[in-house]
Amino acid sequence: MSELTQLTLSEVRAKLADKSLSAREVTEAALARIEATEPKVQALLSVQAEEARTLAAALDAAGPDASKPLWGVPLVIKDVLATKDVPTTCASKILEGFKPVYDATSVAKLKEAGAILLGKANMDEFAMGSTTENSAYFATKNPWDLSRVPGGSSGGSGACVAAGQCYGALGTDTGGSIRLPASFCGIVGIKPTYGRVSRFGMIAYGSSLDQIGPMTRTVEDTARLLQIIAGHDERDSTSVNTPVPDYVAALSQRGDLKGLTIGLPEEYWSKGLSPEVEETCTAAIRAAEGLGAKTVPVRLKLSEYAIATYYIIAVAEASSNLARFDGVRYGHRDKTAESLIEMYVKSRTQGFGEEVQRRIILGTYVLSSGYYDAYYRKAAQVRRLIRQDFETALSQCDLIAGPVCPTTAFRVGEMSADPLQMYLMDIFTISTNLAGLPGMSLPVGLGRKTGMPVGLQLTGRAFDEATMLQVAGLLEKNVSATGMPTL
Amino acid sequence: MKISPEEVAKVAKLARLDLSPEKIEQYAGQLDDILAYMDKLSELDTASVDPMYTPVDHTTVLREDEVRKDFTRAEILRNAPETDGSFFIVPRIV
Repeated sequence: MSELTQLTLSEVRAKLADKSLSAREVTEAALARIEATEPKVQALLSVQAEEARTLAAALDAAGPDASKPLWGVPLVIKDVLATKDVPTTCASKILEGFKPVYDATSVAKLKEAGAILLGKANMDEFAMGSTTENSAYFATKNPWDLSRVPGGSSGGSGACVAAGQCYGALGTDTGGSIRLPASFCGIVGIKPTYGRVSRFGMIAYGSSLDQIGPMTRTVEDTARLLQIIAGHDERDSTSVNTPVPDYVAALSQRGDLKGLTIGLPEEYWSKGLSPEVEETCTAAIRAAEGLGAKTVPVRLKLSEYAIATYYIIAVAEASSNLARFDGVRYGHRDKTAESLIEMYVKSRTQGFGEEVQRRIILGTYVLSSGYYDAYYRKAAQVRRLIRQDFETALSQCDLIAGPVCPTTAFRVGEMSADPLQMYLMDIFTISTNLAGLPGMSLPVGLGRKTGMPVGLQLTGRAFDEATMLQVAGLLEKNVSATGMPTL
Repeated sequence: MKISPEEVAKVAKLARLDLSPEKIEQYAGQLDDILAYMDKLSELDTASVDPMYTPVDHTTVLREDEVRKDFTRAEILRNAPETDGSFFIVPRIV
């Protein structure tokens, strides 16, 4: 791998700004890395090499622009986000060949900041999955061990950043889909507070749970990307109109963790963790204490209800959101159908994969007459209790910490047979989406047994991404380094 | 709550999906396990709890009622499987 692709986003950004590197050099290095590693990793559904080259040349001709914080930086976008005139498939056959006529707000903001978009990342179909094995096109491999999964649903984004194909990527997170692949691929990922980043242009899965967030190799890189995409958007009525702090400046405002209290939920640190995950995460907590942090036990007593709550709400919302895919205005249409209803049925049955169909059926069931109160309304009530659970815990500490997943990345095919077992992998990440709070995954070392990356999850108070970033930024320098995989 | 293959078939019709008999059986079995797991929620007393459908407090967001043209007709029709240049063309309803 060239030295260029081993640089962090922040390093390459600075070298582009002071002209020690040209946009063309950096873009060519990334494209070469993509070409060299894609046969093995398969992180990307499409690559826009010519567009990237053309833009890099134009940027170099005009010269660095200090008003564009990501000038010349190559990034990748998860294929669930609308990119104008560029294929956007959600890793589904139902959107094969679909090219949106507009950019998602987060994508437009990155472009406006001067970034070069290299390609669209693979994912579980319509973001439904935890391993990227549910992509209708192909499965992405973990760059650390190609026989293992990269996590999901933002597995393509995670793998491409870990493999050095780009300097950062956008992922999305509905139940852990940024944090889990970040953990499995040994990179940083953040799911912002619900409402922090506009969802306009994100093809919806669970509208009350979805958020877009950065995935990068360092905490500073993540802070820089979050800075660009955060903010109110009048085109997303769930986006919140509160000021965006200076996340990058926040990183240098704390030199240690004195005065900070970290809550350790009993439910996240009990039996069920693989020994290597427990060992590596515990070492990170010791490092935090070494930096002056106080740790206190907290309770999240409703943790055991989170998965049931999530899967009712998420599939219900998904069944509604995916009703728009009917072959009428875009996407796959069965041309043999003789009536409109037959066209809907055939187009959807042919276009949607198995996991998507399963969740649509489940969601339609829980919303149907006779079951709505028992399932959907009940789950929404439990959701409020879960949020209250977090608010109580976060009144006793500044941040909550625990492993992202009980294990490191498992082998391809190991989980795909049993949907329920797959759902249980989300056990530590899912509550954060229900509560609408920010969550972050930080790589804290390689597991002793599998040699695979281990992620520590931080959960913070609403709109307090700055504290999470500060803590993660300090921990990053004080835990065993993860590095990059050799491919 | 046990979900029967008949119920799966009925729900599939609502969701505009065509499932083979094997798929219906398979989904009924899997959904059964999943729904049984979800029955856990009945352990919790939620009688006086307001449902939370979204994490954000504001729900009604208004804007000025002014017409804006964000896209041309051609752009909107660009991804259409079948169009006459003015409309989306679909099979007759009956």
